[in-house]
Amino acid sequence: MTYLDHAATTPMLPEAVAAMTAELAKPGNPSSLHSSGRRARKVVEESREVIAAALGARPVEVIFTSGGTESNNLAIKGLFWSRIKKDSKRNRILISAVEHHAVLDPVLWLKEHDQAIVELLPVDEFGRVSVETLKKSIEKNPADVSFISVMWANNEVGTVQPIKDLVKVAKEFDIPIHSDAVQAVGCLEVHFQDSGLDALTVSGHKVGGPQGIGVLVIKRDIELTPVLHGGGQEREVRSGTLAAPQIAGFAAAIKVAVSQRFNRASRLTSLRKDLINKVQEVIPNVVLNGDPENRLPGNVHFTFKGCEGDAVLMLLDAQGIECSTGSACSAGIPQPSHVLLAMGRDEQTARGSIRFSFGTTSTPDDVTDVINVLPAVVERARRAGKPAVKS
Amino acid sequence: MTKKVVAAMSGGVDSSVAAARLVDQGYDVVGIHLALAKVKGHAGGKGCCTLDDARDARRVADRLGIPFYVWDVSDEFQKEVIENFVSEYAQGRTPNPCVRCNEKIKFAAVLERSLALGFDAVATGHYARIIETPQGPTLHSAKDPNKDQSYVLSVLTQEQLSHTILPLGDSLKPEIRAEADKRGLITASKPDSHDICFIPDGDTAGFLHRKLGEEKGQIIDAETNEVLGEHDGVFEFTIGQRRGLNLTKPRPDRAARYVVETDVKNKTVMVGLPTLLKVDVVTASNVIWCGPIPESPFDCLAQVRAHGERLKAKAFHKDGNLTVEFIDSLQGLAPGQTIALYENDRVIGSGTVVTTARN
Repeated sequence: MTYLDHAATTPMLPEAVAAMTAELAKPGNPSSLHSSGRRARKVVEESREVIAAALGARPVEVIFTSGGTESNNLAIKGLFWSRIKKDSKRNRILISAVEHHAVLDPVLWLKEHDQAIVELLPVDEFGRVSVETLKKSIEKNPADVSFISVMWANNEVGTVQPIKDLVKVAKEFDIPIHSDAVQAVGCLEVHFQDSGLDALTVSGHKVGGPQGIGVLVIKRDIELTPVLHGGGQEREVRSGTLAAPQIAGFAAAIKVAVSQRFNRASRLTSLRKDLINKVQEVIPNVVLNGDPENRLPGNVHFTFKGCEGDAVLMLLDAQGIECSTGSACSAGIPQPSHVLLAMGRDEQTARGSIRFSFGTTSTPDDVTDVINVLPAVVERARRAGKPAVKS
Repeated sequence: MTKKVVAAMSGGVDSSVAAARLVDQGYDVVGIHLALAKVKGHAGGKGCCTLDDARDARRVADRLGIPFYVWDVSDEFQKEVIENFVSEYAQGRTPNPCVRCNEKIKFAAVLERSLALGFDAVATGHYARIIETPQGPTLHSAKDPNKDQSYVLSVLTQEQLSHTILPLGDSLKPEIRAEADKRGLITASKPDSHDICFIPDGDTAGFLHRKLGEEKGQIIDAETNEVLGEHDGVFEFTIGQRRGLNLTKPRPDRAARYVVETDVKNKTVMVGLPTLLKVDVVTASNVIWCGPIPESPFDCLAQVRAHGERLKAKAFHKDGNLTVEFIDSLQGLAPGQTIALYENDRVIGSGTVVTTARN
């Protein structure tokens, strides 16, 4: 099996498995007052400190959630509701046009249910938002902006956003800015305090931790209206029993991922470049999507002109190579990617795309495996083309 | 080499068992669910293309240990089946969307794509049989007369039949349910689908109204030309229909009246006694032969609707057009319907009804 879908999820690191399994059978709700509860609480708080350190944040800024989607929902709805409560004019949300659905959909929900005005910041051909674009959008009326959200790096095409520059613009106008850094942590340097961001989303399973755990890192002076109501475990902002085993596993993973980031990033970068070069050598009519240089180290995203991405995926799967069409799925039904459409690609091109993503367990053999079968697979998929209808 | 087969899995019990049998027979099987309708989020429970059905199909594929994918053919389905359905009704014809789907989607688009992707055949859970003969494969009725679907497959050419596998043709429906149960398939007790899949509530008239709007017109007595009532759209009526006419005046003899003719141009619906429904001669186009082309004329049995009876007839064909003279009496046939011709249980071919006439 050649697993090249690490951007979807990457295998848990041995350190994370050890830390998590050590906790699984132990009693204790971290919010309980007795000895078992205190023991579990200690695990949670030590983990919080490890995670905060890995992200350049203070422990008090770390809020545990069930993962990236919940962190994004909390940041987006929480910011919108608390800002509009203080100033009813602040109803305009600015996000990039290439956000993950976990950002895009809660924003569109606010548009539909809470009269939010949504502005999708246009991107260049690589999927990048420019400082000028953001500035121009704010300057339409700086007094009505609720918040800004731009992802650190794109999950589909890998393009890295100029976060620090965008943050500077936001600060000029004193507008809170959030970033979904789910794909970036462990691959790029993500330092919360240095970034100047007000809120940051991180997910456990993308850094070698377990699925079902994530954090929202949020500055202490930013007010959030809660989305989940209940026991108020996380600073009254997030309710739900703290998942000590997952939190321990997450902390162990992020510690390794961040401390080994530099080496892994350079290793993945060379695998990426190798695959890109070889694919472009052996397959005609292939386009690399996203920024050729300034991209996630392990991300390769191609359009193979004249075929459907899902046909390529299926044929590769049959040969033991696992990748992704990099597009949002509902019941497995491929939709043309809004990211590629925002980058100016047409619908047919958007449907002919495939993402390979390298991770910790990837080796040069993976590249060889792909190159051995991909030319024949693409040729066959091109012959199949789009399902043609007899008429 | 092991044959590679695409099992079209709707998420119903029949296609589930069909896929399971192929796996048992040693084929290299990949399960494909066709996303036909454009659904976003949670569509209603019935029909054959909801998220629930995709999930059920996926669970069956899991159980069988075969790969499973969803193919989005909703654009093609929208254009070739739904829009065709609406426009046929708008022109006063009565189409069969299942026949159309088989002809244009399942055994055309999907089969072609499967072959191009390196598969040898497509299998479905239809109840019909394919028999290999020295003259090539031929299509036959299923063993189960209650479930026989050879009529809706009567648009398949020999070329298509040679790449089609129908694993259920020799089984009775109750056997299939029992087998699904024994195999532990999640779809074992799912109800059969009867409605048109894109009209899950069964309200075809309501569906057509939403698409075509209101087109008020008169209901007229076919013999006296007397105006008997009003209607909201000719497309609500099909020849042979008796219910839902809302006639204001009963006949003096209280005899039931039926739709005997519709006229889209003048927006009129003609009603009359069942004797007016008698059809002696039918012409058809879009003629497809499912086996060797027969010499004209030939004696046959003709079926004009799914699960309809087969009537003795004599068929003539020339230059791709078909004329069928009925020997047994046929009542109520509308242009647009599919007429399938049989020799005993073998499907000779089919055509789409263009005109009907009484001697």
